[in-house]
Amino acid sequence: MSQQEEKKIRIVLAKPGLDGHDRGAKVLAAAFRDAGFEVIYTGLRQTPDMIVEAALQEDADVIALSILSGAHMTQFRRVLEKMKESGLDDVLLTGGGIIPDEDIETLMEMGTGRLFGPGSTTQEPIDYIRDWVRENRHDG
Amino acid sequence: MSGDKKGSNGNGHRGGKSFVEDRKRWEEDLYKPKGRFRQDGVTFTTVSSAEVPHIVGPEYFEETGWDPREKLAWPAEYPFTRGVHPTMYRGKMWTMRQFAGFGTPEETNQRYKFLLEKGQTGLSVAFDLPTLMGRDADDPLSEGEVGKCGVAISSREDMDILFDGIDMDKITTSMTINGPAAIIWAFFIATAERKGISRDKLAGTLQNDILKEFIAQKEFIFPPEPSVKLVVDTIEYATREMPMWNSVSISGYHIREAGSTAAQELAFTLADGFCYIEETMKRGLPVDTFAPRLSHFFNSHIDFFEEIGKFRAARRIYADRMKNRYGAEKERSWLLRFHTQTAGCSLTAQQPENNIVRTAVEALAGVLGGTQSLHTNSMDETLALPSEKAVKIALRTQQILGYETGVANTMDPLGGSYFVEWMTDKMESEAQEYIKRIDDMGGVVAGIENGFFQKEIARAAYRHQQELDRGERVVVGMNRFKDSGEKIDIPILKIGEEVGDRQRQRLKELRERRDNVKVEETMKNLRTACEDGANVMPSLIECAHADVTLGEMVSLMEDVYGTYVETAYF
Repeated sequence: MSQQEEKKIRIVLAKPGLDGHDRGAKVLAAAFRDAGFEVIYTGLRQTPDMIVEAALQEDADVIALSILSGAHMTQFRRVLEKMKESGLDDVLLTGGGIIPDEDIETLMEMGTGRLFGPGSTTQEPIDYIRDWVRENRHDG
Repeated sequence: MSGDKKGSNGNGHRGGKSFVEDRKRWEEDLYKPKGRFRQDGVTFTTVSSAEVPHIVGPEYFEETGWDPREKLAWPAEYPFTRGVHPTMYRGKMWTMRQFAGFGTPEETNQRYKFLLEKGQTGLSVAFDLPTLMGRDADDPLSEGEVGKCGVAISSREDMDILFDGIDMDKITTSMTINGPAAIIWAFFIATAERKGISRDKLAGTLQNDILKEFIAQKEFIFPPEPSVKLVVDTIEYATREMPMWNSVSISGYHIREAGSTAAQELAFTLADGFCYIEETMKRGLPVDTFAPRLSHFFNSHIDFFEEIGKFRAARRIYADRMKNRYGAEKERSWLLRFHTQTAGCSLTAQQPENNIVRTAVEALAGVLGGTQSLHTNSMDETLALPSEKAVKIALRTQQILGYETGVANTMDPLGGSYFVEWMTDKMESEAQEYIKRIDDMGGVVAGIENGFFQKEIARAAYRHQQELDRGERVVVGMNRFKDSGEKIDIPILKIGEEVGDRQRQRLKELRERRDNVKVEETMKNLRTACEDGANVMPSLIECAHADVTLGEMVSLMEDVYGTYVETAYF
């Protein structure tokens, strides 16, 4: 257990789609880094293929998407499909942005982890991801 | 400086002491021994994390030799600290301009008619992300984004529908578009021409500020240099053909929303404008021929006095540089006219009704800072696109400020306030320092390429978030004074996927119906113009008339100019 915890949590942080609003993504990238995570920030305009490929290449524990454009239903669904196809069933898909509550419910039913809205502290996703990894990480 | 004044004019000097000495006396007698300070962990800093003095008095004017003749003058007089018009809001109320657009052109057209009916005096078009990125609605990358955060415009036909039944020559139209600004403008001009309105009768503003896209909002298409070249094309075209058009709205709004401080917003925005001015002058246009049609666009954030200081300082810095560095001789070239939008990033998803209050305070700062036009955000914008009710309250907020509160009666009512003048001077000197650094590093494009702006903004944004997380900065309802078990009771405007279907279908029909010989011919002309470095506007308008789509023009131009991928800094 303790050995597993010593291994850094690896997170792919991505901005899918055409949206360029990256303030939140970059603030979280810095917060995750300061919390001791290994952060792979993909930059802007990533397709689901590119995001899942990055997670595979980087042996990520977590994929986090930041979406403020209203395209969350399409983007999360596409990334989930791609993760399934690529066999990434031990990777957490989480994220945040401007996502109405009812859409969050639907997305979580589809298989995403928790999604964070405006006003969240940076500590909330950090704690959530740490807990998730502690419970779900397999020996690797 | 203070020596020759000491005791000589005696005005207000207690016991012959200078104001500086008198302030010291007060601090020793009362402020320090008898003062109490809150211990709630909240810092006495602005929203930009800047220290502010606990009080400013006449000692500030005394110490700095502050002269109202030099620092203030009168409205419409250099250096324009007090405003750009001799009568300000007595002559003309600020333009109440609500940014709007969503879904199909038909739906947005209906919203525009609603707003005009409610007394709005200008239109402001919000485009969806595919349009902002120069993609057609049927482009695979547009999937899920069509009509979501603005109106979908892929062709001149869409623009015809958007302005159907609206007198394009009777209103002013502002269009928030940057990467493909020249193309969207060509659609707009072609639509007007089809209605029999000649282009010189059109009045409005194109945002067209690509540099702040590289710095903050990230909706760029081509690399910085050809992007700036396109901006210069539009400036040149407006100067020659469209005398009532504001060719660029040099924008700080997005820089601030991305997390910058007030001083960074001010400096980076002005520096962007100076870059366009220098490039346009290099093309051979005398500064006085185009400078009068440049406008600015600032954010009004929640820190009331910092914002007022920022607006007043902006006019002073601009006038100085236009006159003394670029040698502009027309007074109109020295004027910094600006649009203001209240700060979206200051609003909360929690207890959203509180946003009405935040927006009112921010709007008031814009008015006291002398804005020419104003957009007030709707309370529900942290949740989704604004509903009709929320938009109406936002517009009514402006009307209450303008017509009930009396703040529009007297020009620059805060001029001469010790603190406001201190703040104005501070904003001016901090921004000047940044502008000098940018000049020294070789200008804005160099700064973008070496990541200077992106790093400065990312650092400020992270610091702000940390202050919120630690509770050093309070946001009511979000990190203090929270409601438990809050249920948000605001109608949310949702854009369905049928918008995309509809737009794709219309494009398909357009491609089948149009004269493809004409399409090829006009596109060939456009390619030649791009390759020869000629002004592209005439070819773009020709393409617009021939029903060439947005995406087709952009991909042709990408072919010639290339694309751009930024390095991310956090």
